[in-house]
Amino acid sequence: MALAFDEYGRPFIILKEQDQKTRLRGIEAQKANIAAGKAVSRILRTSLGPKGMDKILQSPDGDVTITNDGATILEQMDVDNQIAKLMVELSRSQDYEIGDGTTGVVVMAGALLEQAERLLERGIHPIRIAEGYEMASKIAVENLVHISQKFDFGATNIKPLVQTCMTTLSSKIVNRCKRHLAEISVKAVIAVADLERKDVNLDMIKVEGKVGGKLEDTELIYGITVDKDMSHPQMPKQIEDAKIAILTCPFEPPKPKTKHKVEIDTVEKFQTLRLQEQKYFDDMVQKCKDVGATLVICQWGFDDEANHLLMNRNLPAVRWVGGVELELIAIATGGRIVPRFQELTPEKLGRAGMVREKSFGTTKDKMLYIEHCANSRAVTIFIRGGNKMMIEETKRSIHDALCVARNLIRNNSIVYGGGSAEISCSIAVEAAADKYPGVEQYAIWAFADALDSVPMALAENSGLQPIETLSAVKSQQIKENNPHYGIDCNDVGTNDMRQQDVFETLIGKQQQILLATQVVKMILKIDDVISPSEY
Amino acid sequence: MAIEKIFKDDASEEKGERARMASFVGAIAITDLVKTTLGPKGMDKILQSTGRGHGITVTNDGATILKSLHIDNPAAKVLIDISKVQDDEVGDGTTSVVVLAGELLREAEKLVAAKIHPMTIISGYRMAAECARNALLQRVVDNKENAEKFKSDLMKIAMTTLSSKILSQDKQHFAQLTVDAVMRLKGSTNLEAIQIIKKPGGSLKDSFLDEGFILDKKIGLGQPKRIENAKILVANTAMDTDKVKIYGARVRVDSMSKVAEIEGAEKEKMREKVQKIIAHGINCFVNRQLIYNFPEELFADAGILAIEHADFDGIERLALVTGGEIASTFDNPESVKLGHCKLIEEIMIGEDKLIHFSGVEMGQACTIVLRGASHHVLDEAERSLHDALCVLSQTVNDTRVLLGGGWPEMVMAKEVDELARKTPGKKSHAIEAFSRALVAIPTIISDNAGLDSADLVAQLRAAHHEGCNAGIDVITGSVGDMAELGISESFKVKQAVLLSATEAAEMILRVDEIITCAPRQREDRM
Repeated sequence: MALAFDEYGRPFIILKEQDQKTRLRGIEAQKANIAAGKAVSRILRTSLGPKGMDKILQSPDGDVTITNDGATILEQMDVDNQIAKLMVELSRSQDYEIGDGTTGVVVMAGALLEQAERLLERGIHPIRIAEGYEMASKIAVENLVHISQKFDFGATNIKPLVQTCMTTLSSKIVNRCKRHLAEISVKAVIAVADLERKDVNLDMIKVEGKVGGKLEDTELIYGITVDKDMSHPQMPKQIEDAKIAILTCPFEPPKPKTKHKVEIDTVEKFQTLRLQEQKYFDDMVQKCKDVGATLVICQWGFDDEANHLLMNRNLPAVRWVGGVELELIAIATGGRIVPRFQELTPEKLGRAGMVREKSFGTTKDKMLYIEHCANSRAVTIFIRGGNKMMIEETKRSIHDALCVARNLIRNNSIVYGGGSAEISCSIAVEAAADKYPGVEQYAIWAFADALDSVPMALAENSGLQPIETLSAVKSQQIKENNPHYGIDCNDVGTNDMRQQDVFETLIGKQQQILLATQVVKMILKIDDVISPSEY
Repeated sequence: MAIEKIFKDDASEEKGERARMASFVGAIAITDLVKTTLGPKGMDKILQSTGRGHGITVTNDGATILKSLHIDNPAAKVLIDISKVQDDEVGDGTTSVVVLAGELLREAEKLVAAKIHPMTIISGYRMAAECARNALLQRVVDNKENAEKFKSDLMKIAMTTLSSKILSQDKQHFAQLTVDAVMRLKGSTNLEAIQIIKKPGGSLKDSFLDEGFILDKKIGLGQPKRIENAKILVANTAMDTDKVKIYGARVRVDSMSKVAEIEGAEKEKMREKVQKIIAHGINCFVNRQLIYNFPEELFADAGILAIEHADFDGIERLALVTGGEIASTFDNPESVKLGHCKLIEEIMIGEDKLIHFSGVEMGQACTIVLRGASHHVLDEAERSLHDALCVLSQTVNDTRVLLGGGWPEMVMAKEVDELARKTPGKKSHAIEAFSRALVAIPTIISDNAGLDSADLVAQLRAAHHEGCNAGIDVITGSVGDMAELGISESFKVKQAVLLSATEAAEMILRVDEIITCAPRQREDRM
């Protein structure tokens, strides 16, 4: 502990309750931080690539998650260390921004930290390392733009998009039917995409899962599914050309917000009140009927009487539909959400070609399909699978694939995968390093080495000789001046990634390098860790 | 320098070999647990709950056993989950799916020990599963066209399913019961329409299928006990005080006479309601909610049978059976559809009085009355019947049928073995292992029956080389012709077993690290 004394030899108190805190300073602190960062990245390292392994995570409540997705692993890992938390944040921000490459970014950061440790041991100042990394990351990003390719696709030509999504899915457990899922994801994204503005609102894609069946049964529904059934068991289960009234008011007597009392003191009043109540229900149902609705979807519950009146007037209804789903239905059917019965008009009704109830399995599980909507810009991906964990993992994988497809629509530049982009960047960074005078040069070299670690991990996970394979590919890239050579993870026979059709998005790769560099810089700049000690 | 601790206290992390070991051990332990219940000579388990009363369940049903287990091992949880899904999806094969997944993992463990990478094993398993499924597809029998044959298929499937359960003594009887019940559904898979009523007493043989509908309720006092050509109004409405629903309404009186007046008005209101109901021209009124004494008396006066407090499922079923609609308002008697049945009468089963509706319009729903010596027997019988009903209703939709008694496994194993011989590379070991796992099922069946499994399976394999209908005949303890013995299984069940077991095994194999979070601290309420 650092202590300062005044001229009488009494200690100054600099930190409150000093003796209850542990403190690490200088090189010690940096080393401890690096060790923590490395430990996190080591956990994820084996999940990288098509032959990466999964992790079982058991939550505090005993629920089991099996996943391969970096962001999910880190999020559920219950990390305590501050630096480890930074790494978790790093993966999460990659997830928010890009959606894919969450494992890669952590592995990259871990490699950068490992290299920094070596430089620190040689006595290079951490700030100089950080600056060198910064320069190197610029070179790498520029090189990525240089080697990237644009490719064309349209609403009809989706093959390139499917290929890219397949690359993403190939590292997940769903790779058994990756083509099927990739096609579904791409079609879903294309359906909701605004190709003019190059924007995709992923909120319009609903991902629903139900256990049972097999993965191949996963389907794309041009419409919405709601996990509800008709409010009255005898209402029709199938409605064609439905006109849908979307209500957020309950089929119940009004409940004014202001406090009030209705006093009944005579028999007449009692009777009028009763009549009024009956009329009220009648009116509500009649209003829906008058505007020509053939289906009522309501956010709230129904009173028994209202329910029967609806049934009696042959007006099918669905109750307790969640707010988000209600909005999606409104968007899909082109209807308006109506908060009061008085405001119901024929223009505000949504339209759908077909509404039907479908039941699953042996339990009484029912879902409502709303299809052929007026506005097909809302779609649902309906996942089936053997067990709960499988469905959850498929949902995460589909999310990644959707993000990738979206990124491609925003920016159609791609780089080749299989570590080829990293190897090419590493070559470029190494070549540029010599031009920098000063200590930064070492840091830039170190950066190049760190870039190699991603293809190295890929090779390791695929059961290849890491060093041998990497050096072979690297020399091949330099010799033929072709940045498309990568690691042949699937043992296809060629390591030209262009032939294997392994793509990744340019922005995804750029973000990985930038984010990893940023976090590493942040960690390197810390030279003092003060934390409350255990007891 | 020591590596920093990055997890919270009590959180644990297991890596690589250790993680794999933990999941293999957990999965295999679960398999060994349910293994002995497989097949017609499988044994039952007693489960004692830790809750109040230490209730006891005796069962042979894999899903029920596994559901009741408290497991901490994550891999074991995956297996329990697939068994549960199998139960929800097809209803039967809940033990087989766990056993197959466990056997696949047991084989995988050996391969991992022989330094084969899990990913290689997975890709081998996938190829094998695909091949096995195709083999089954080639051998399925589809008797959809021939109603007579199809019905006998259903009978066989029901008998096969029931033969491993407590009902095996009377399987002929129960198979007939379930087939009849399912045939009444006419293709629908809504098993809700089949009601199972359990009444202790008598023997299992006394169980019967009733084409009508039985409601476990009593008829109100002073009301007719028998109605012919009944017109039934099924309702869901308050028959007690029928309070004003407008929010904030309350009665405020300043004298006793007013209280009496209001009370009179209330009574009048109820009387009016009853009058309206009677105006429907009915002679039977069934309500979901309570019926108070006053309206009940009114109904009795009008000679109407009033049944109160039928639960929601009962109401729905009754509406389904009689073709009436569930009504809550009674202002337009002409537009409300009434239910009809030929005869309503009170019947006695054992000691209890029940209401029996017979000669109903829509014959879709029916009731199975189970009789048996004790509650445990009845519960287990119900579960067995449930399994059989599920399988049958699924088979009605997907009419493809296979033979049973280990026959499908041997067919698959043979094809998979051939694939292994054709496949170059390390994968072929995995494919071979898959076929060994498949053969394990007939092995376990014969082991459970106390037979010489090694000998029998070898005979079976030899017989299958020719491509015949051979399977294990547990009763005589030899290899027999499954087609002659009439042992069949539904294709859908077998396919679900194969696919989910492979999926689960794959999932567990892919894992190389287990991270367990610190268990949530529970507050001590004491």
